Amino acid sequence: MSYHVNEKGYYGQFGGAFIPEMLYPNVEELRQNYLKVMAEPDFKKEFDQLLRDYVGRPTPLYFAKRLSKKYNTKIYLKREDLCHTGAHKINNTIGQILMAKRLKKKRIIAETGAGQHGVATATVCALAGLECIVYMGEIDIARQAPNVARMKMLGAEVRPALSGSRTLKDATNEAIRDWINNPVDTHYIIGSAVGPHPYPDMVARFQSVVSEETKWQLKTVEGRENPDYMVACVGGGSNAAGAYYHYLNEPSVKLIAVEAAGKGIYTGESAATSVLGKEGVIHGSKTLLMQTNDGQITEPYSISAGLDYPGVGPMHAHLYETKRAEFISVTDDEAMTAGLELSQLEGIIPAIETSHALAIFETKKFKPEEVVVISLSGRGDKDLNTYIDYFKL
Amino acid sequence: MNRIQAKLQENKKLLSIYFTAGYPNLNDTVTTIQNLEKNGVDMIEIGLPFSDPLADGPTIQASSTQALQNGMTSTLLFDQLKDIRKTVSIPLILMGYFNPMLQYGVEAFCKKCQEVGIDGLIIPDLPVEVYHEEYKAIFDRYGLLNIFLITPQTSEARIRYMDSISDGFIYMVSSASTTGSQSGFGGKQTDYFKRIADLELTNPQIIGFGISDHKSFNQATQYAKGAIIGSAFIKYVTAHGIDDLGAFTQPLLKK
Repeated sequence: MSYHVNEKGYYGQFGGAFIPEMLYPNVEELRQNYLKVMAEPDFKKEFDQLLRDYVGRPTPLYFAKRLSKKYNTKIYLKREDLCHTGAHKINNTIGQILMAKRLKKKRIIAETGAGQHGVATATVCALAGLECIVYMGEIDIARQAPNVARMKMLGAEVRPALSGSRTLKDATNEAIRDWINNPVDTHYIIGSAVGPHPYPDMVARFQSVVSEETKWQLKTVEGRENPDYMVACVGGGSNAAGAYYHYLNEPSVKLIAVEAAGKGIYTGESAATSVLGKEGVIHGSKTLLMQTNDGQITEPYSISAGLDYPGVGPMHAHLYETKRAEFISVTDDEAMTAGLELSQLEGIIPAIETSHALAIFETKKFKPEEVVVISLSGRGDKDLNTYIDYFKL
Repeated sequence: MNRIQAKLQENKKLLSIYFTAGYPNLNDTVTTIQNLEKNGVDMIEIGLPFSDPLADGPTIQASSTQALQNGMTSTLLFDQLKDIRKTVSIPLILMGYFNPMLQYGVEAFCKKCQEVGIDGLIIPDLPVEVYHEEYKAIFDRYGLLNIFLITPQTSEARIRYMDSISDGFIYMVSSASTTGSQSGFGGKQTDYFKRIADLELTNPQIIGFGISDHKSFNQATQYAKGAIIGSAFIKYVTAHGIDDLGAFTQPLLKK
């Protein structure tokens, strides 16, 4: 079985491009060109050089000695938190801005929830000298003021999404509507492994540098390319897509996807899509999503804005359905505790998204000789206010 | 013959009106349809509200949100429409996004449409290829026409493909936009209307998006069989309710 996208844009039964005709030319242009552009030697050279000199890659694969000792196994942290702008998000925005330039686009739009992808997009737009408009839910604008300020300082315009629940889902709707109204000169940089084909595959490919580096780094320190487990948190799924990518067809590597259970899976305040979701269509792809029996998309909840999304990328829906990946749900409380623990055992304050992945050690046991790699997708600076409120710091 | 096909053969320009089911009030659906027919409307698009209507601008979004808050669902809409054919004879088209249909079950949904007397469907986010491969046989079985949208950016080859698998009309989106984002047409749009008219497609065309008054209705119907008004009608019922719809349709239909 292949876990990669097929020629029609599907991962098993999930994926595709369920888009209004108004979007067809934009998406089709991208579909016809993305693989060709990514294979051009000039493109690769520029992408690799920016990842190295601008983003700061390769990011370290760090053996977490004290954490490993506590849980009696070998834990490595893939340090995406050390990327420029503080998270893995920039791997994708660098790739997509180079793609947009080659497709001769003049204007960039993006959606953002907590603001991390918005900041990563504003950053690459400044780098490339392109106009940047970021859609952000009105509610998120209020609660993520520092990231709004960062985007503005980087020269982006932040437009409030006033419809629906005024959060990430609605910001995505507004970005799609903008693209419908600007079909010729605009490229939409989607921040996660979601959306119509070819977005999930393109984003996964730009993020795949994470597992590509892990392979040779692990070979150097452990004498083998493959860990026993690769662990990542999943909201839409971009960081997990990158962490899994080169291991998808390596059955010896067990994949663990950690979702946000919020206040508890069945409390009505959760974002555990694999448990609570059903097959449906959201933002242009067929995937698992949280919805009513009538097919209306519902609002998820998580303390972490980056995991607060009612769907999951189609690649992940397929990994869940085929049981290629094990899905674990972690509550707000478990995640916050794990974030504090990593801070005090290793001196690394993780993003709350990442804290979810770190929380699995309390419930899932590993053998002493097993190698567990965690994608440390982002740093916790953006979450300080939430940590302060939670721990009364 | 399907009611849409019969209507398209009449020797007149057609006025089609879109409204959101369950808006402004949950139980306005049937009365709205009856009043529209009484006031000279040729065809009606009944909007099944969706939480995330990607192709719609703020006016229809807001009406959808309100309709959902009022309690509208697919099941309830079919229930409201169960006797509609006792009083209404003009073509009725259901317009909705794909996910609610998928949850209802596409076949069950189509069967129900046929039972209540729906003649066709417009599903903006169901691409023509997927429809053709997976669902056309079901639509055909229940006598439903699927209406495809085209835009100024749609290639001729793609338009001809849609034309070849349609048996009703082609829905021409007047410009690359969401609903309700403009009013009236400039030279760029009339050039596009002419270009499509010159293709001499098998299916007639009806123009939608950006039509709000007598002037834009006349402009559009110079080049097409008819025109669809949506956002402007929603604005009207928001302000005036559904009792006197003649005040909305008469200015449009005057000679």
